[in-house]
Order: sequence, then C-alpha cells, then structure tokens
Amino acid sequence: MSELTKLTLAAARDALKKKEISAVELTGAYLAEMAAGTALNTYVTVTAEKSMEMAKASDARLAKGAGGALEGLPLGIKDLFCTKDVLTTASSHILDGFRPPYESTVTANLWRDGAVMLGKLNNDEFAMGSSNETSFYGPVVNPWRRKGSDAKLVPGGSSGGSSAAVAAKLCLAATATDTGGSIRQPAAFTGTVGIKPTYGRCSRWGIVAFASSLDQAGPITRDVRDAAIMLTSMAGHDEKDTTSVDRPVPDYEAALGQGVKGLKVGIPKEYRVDGMPAEIDALWSRGIEWLKAAGAEIKEVSLPHTKYALPTYYIVAPAECSSNLARYDGVRYGLRVEGRDITDMYEKTRAAGFGAEVRRRVLMGTYVLSAGYYDAYYLKAQKVRTLIARDFAAAFADVDVLLTPTAPSAAFGIGEKTDDPLSMYLNDVFTVPVNLAGLPGISVPAGLSSDGLPLGLQLIGRTFDEETLLRAAYAVEQAADFKAAPEAWWKA
Amino acid sequence: MSVDQRTVRHIARLARIAVRDDELEALERELNGILDWVEQLGEVDVTGVEPMTSAVEVAMKMREDVAVVQDLQQEVTRNAPGAEDGFYVVPKVVE
Repeated sequence: MSELTKLTLAAARDALKKKEISAVELTGAYLAEMAAGTALNTYVTVTAEKSMEMAKASDARLAKGAGGALEGLPLGIKDLFCTKDVLTTASSHILDGFRPPYESTVTANLWRDGAVMLGKLNNDEFAMGSSNETSFYGPVVNPWRRKGSDAKLVPGGSSGGSSAAVAAKLCLAATATDTGGSIRQPAAFTGTVGIKPTYGRCSRWGIVAFASSLDQAGPITRDVRDAAIMLTSMAGHDEKDTTSVDRPVPDYEAALGQGVKGLKVGIPKEYRVDGMPAEIDALWSRGIEWLKAAGAEIKEVSLPHTKYALPTYYIVAPAECSSNLARYDGVRYGLRVEGRDITDMYEKTRAAGFGAEVRRRVLMGTYVLSAGYYDAYYLKAQKVRTLIARDFAAAFADVDVLLTPTAPSAAFGIGEKTDDPLSMYLNDVFTVPVNLAGLPGISVPAGLSSDGLPLGLQLIGRTFDEETLLRAAYAVEQAADFKAAPEAWWKA
Repeated sequence: MSVDQRTVRHIARLARIAVRDDELEALERELNGILDWVEQLGEVDVTGVEPMTSAVEVAMKMREDVAVVQDLQQEVTRNAPGAEDGFYVVPKVVE
C-alpha cells in the first residue's frame, strides 16, 4: 500500500500545508489504489481526469499559501449526491445516464473548501438496504474477511461503497447519508468512523431523496478527528433546503481532546435486546469502563418505546419513499421503457427501473398511505414517533450522551440475509430510533469479534450538540486504540 | 390487516409499477410479513399524542416573495429520454 494513502485526512492536510507532499501526488496515489482495488466494487464512476484537474488547481492555491480547509484532499462521493455534469445514479437502473445540471449543496461546500473528487461511490439502490446488496451495480465487498476465511462479506449499507473505500484506503474520506443507520452501521462493519449529524445540520438539497424527514448527510472517515474536519465543511444553512437549520457551524475539530471528565453518559437498558451476541455485550461493557476510567459518570436510562422504533420506521420510511420516488416516470430523466400509452409507459419503466427492495418499499408505502389505511398506519406511526422522541428528551434531561452498540452483529456474508427482508431490517435496531428523533449519532470502531471482524460502539447526542458527541467519541477512540486493518487481499 | 393478491395488484396500479401475475404470490407473502410485524404498534396507547411532523423543532423560514427569472429550459430537459425544442415528449395523452 502506498505510503501516501496511509496518511489520515488531518495528516495529509498538514503535510500539504507544509508542502511535504503535493495534491497531484496524493490524488495520483489514490487513483492507483482505486485501479488496483476494483475487486471491491466500491466506485460506480471514477472521475480521474477531473480529479487531476482539481488537484492541480489545489497545488496552485497551496503554492501561494492560500487554500481552504480541505485543500487538495481527495474524497469519494456517495452516488446519492448530485454532482454537476457527472453521472449520478443512486445505484438505480432508473437513473441511467443522469447527469445533473447542478451540484448538491454538501458537495459544493467540499469543493468550496478545496477538496478533490475521486469519483462516485456505490450504495444500496436509493439508499434502501443495510448491506449494499440492492445496488444495480452489484454488491460492494467488505475489505475485511473473517480469520482464516476468504468468504466475501458485506460492507454494511446503504453507504457500503463509502465505508469499504475508506477502510481499503481508496479515498481519504467519503460522504455518506443516513436514513435509518446507513452511515453508522457500515462504519461499524468496516472499522471506520461514521457520524450522522442532527437532522437539519447538513443541507439535503441535491441529495437524491429517500425519506425526507429522516435523511441526513454525514462523513465516513478513518478516525474521529477526520470526521470532525469533514463535518465542519459539509454542515451549514442553505436557503434551498427549508429544513436546514440557520445556526453557526462550530469548529468541530476544536471540540476534540477536551476530555469527558464529569460528562454524564446514559446507558439505555432497552438496548440490551434478546439474542444479542455475548461479544457485542462485552464490547459495550468495555466502552462503559473506558468512559468511566476517563472520568465520565455512568447512569442507566430508560427509553421505553425502543422496541417500536423499527416497525414505526418501516411505515414512515416507505411512505415517504413512495412519495419521493413518484418522480421516476420515464419522462424527465433516466430510463424509459416505451408502452402502448402513457400509463403503460410509466408502469413498464418503473417495473424495469426499480430493484426488488425498492419496489417492495414503494408498494408498502403506497399501501399505508392509501385511502382507508392512512390513519391506521401512517398517522399512528407518526404518533409513536413522538413518543420515541419524548423518551430521548427525558433521558437527555439527566445525561449528556448515550452509549450503545452500533449494530447487533459484525459484518455478515454476501447473500446471507437477502431472502428475508425482516432479518435484514433488524440490523438497524440501534440506529433507527436516532433518525426518528432527529438526533446526532456516531459510530466508533471499538474492537474485533472472535473471528477478527471490526465492531463499533455508537454514541448518541442532544440535538445540535455534535461537539459533545465528538468529544465523547474521541475519548472512546483513544481508549479503544483500534489499530487493526484488513490485509490488502483485493490487490492480488 | 393483511393484503390479498387483488389488493397487491391495486397497490401496484396506484404506484404505477407493472407486476406480472407470477410475481403476485411472492409480493403478497412479503408485504403480509411486514404488515404482520408492524401490527405490534397496535399495543401502543397514543391517546392525546400529536403526530410528529418535524424531526427538529424549528420555525419554518420565510423568504421574500420576489420573482426570479431564470432561463433553464434547456438544462431542465437535457436529461429527458424524449425532448424536443425544450419540451418533454410523451405518448399521446388526449385523444
């Protein structure tokens, strides 16, 4: 592996500022790693020419002592973010050939700060999935393998291209999105850090919509510092998204290293779910000990409606998805399959363009919103959602952050869960409640399973208190001292 | 509540997704699996609880009501599978 790609985002930034390395060298090193890493299927589109142009421009700015916070740093972009004139597919057949005439606000913020785009990363189709197996472009392969096995494992989802590319060092950091766990669960499966900020912290403008009241952008990175740096650039108010919040963006990196002495950490007792593997439970207990040793105060808290979060989510998210995906009609962009009249054209286009999971969710959403069922399903779910948010509000009256596992297991094998949608949905049992309540959450790699796979711990924070969240995450990271890395078998 | 194959066909029609006859049985089974599972929300007492309409409590911002003239017709129709002179082309809708 190239020495250059071993640098973290923060280290590469500092080396570029000191002119020890150039953006062109760094970008070239990543493009070489990407070319050698195609077996992982992380990139849907590689923008090599554009990357080198952007890197050259960064070097020119750095030579003058100028440049933004991310000047010359090569990033991967989840293919859910619209990028001007660059193919944007959401990993769906129905968006074939779509080249947006505009740039998403989050990616525009990254380019404003000098970052370099390497290409577009694979994901579950329209971000619907927890394993990156629903992508039209095929599954992403996790760079991690079980000890003594060469079975291919999933990288988590929906941001599986982002998590795998960061873990395999095929980009310095990646953008991702999280509707029910799609940043945090893939981060946990690949030994990377993923933060989903508070709903409204990042603009959703130009991000292909899945469930608008839950979708939120965030980064996947090598460590907590890199996550803080990325989030500082990605976040901010945007007039084009009325749900983006008009409040100043703190310097998140400055929040790190303040320690957790006196911080109150809540342990939600309902997260000790039936059938949780002993090693996940043990990891959680270690996390509690680490924070205690660093001076935090540990308190048990109760979130009584936790068990209703997943069923609530699987009403709200499909309902919003069926509405958002109505726009894919074969008229304005992407795939069109001709029919005998306009309705037949719509129906054939959508049948050919959507994969099985997307179709299932659109049908489910259409049903729960249809005449006679709206109150029984959608309205009821939105009321339960209020109760879930109240649980968190009550807990945060007593504590500053919550500590939980990120996912109920380590990465599983490709094809292991695809026949059973419900068992796939259960992956998000610890992450979904956070989206329903709009809170920020972060996953930090904290240890290895008995068969050598990374496991993550999740911290959940108060609304718009990403600073405390990152502070606590940094303390967990320091204590965990997670140094394991996958062997580069994919380069064989 | 559960769905039968007739209902699945009706939902698919509402969603404008063509479904083949030989797909109905599997779809019926999958949707009922999910519906049975979400049924547990019936246990929750939501008397007097307001539905959540916003993930974060913020007042909706208002902008100045000013007209902005942008000529984006070519850009907007550029990605269409069928477009002519800046208009979308679709199969005949009105006889």
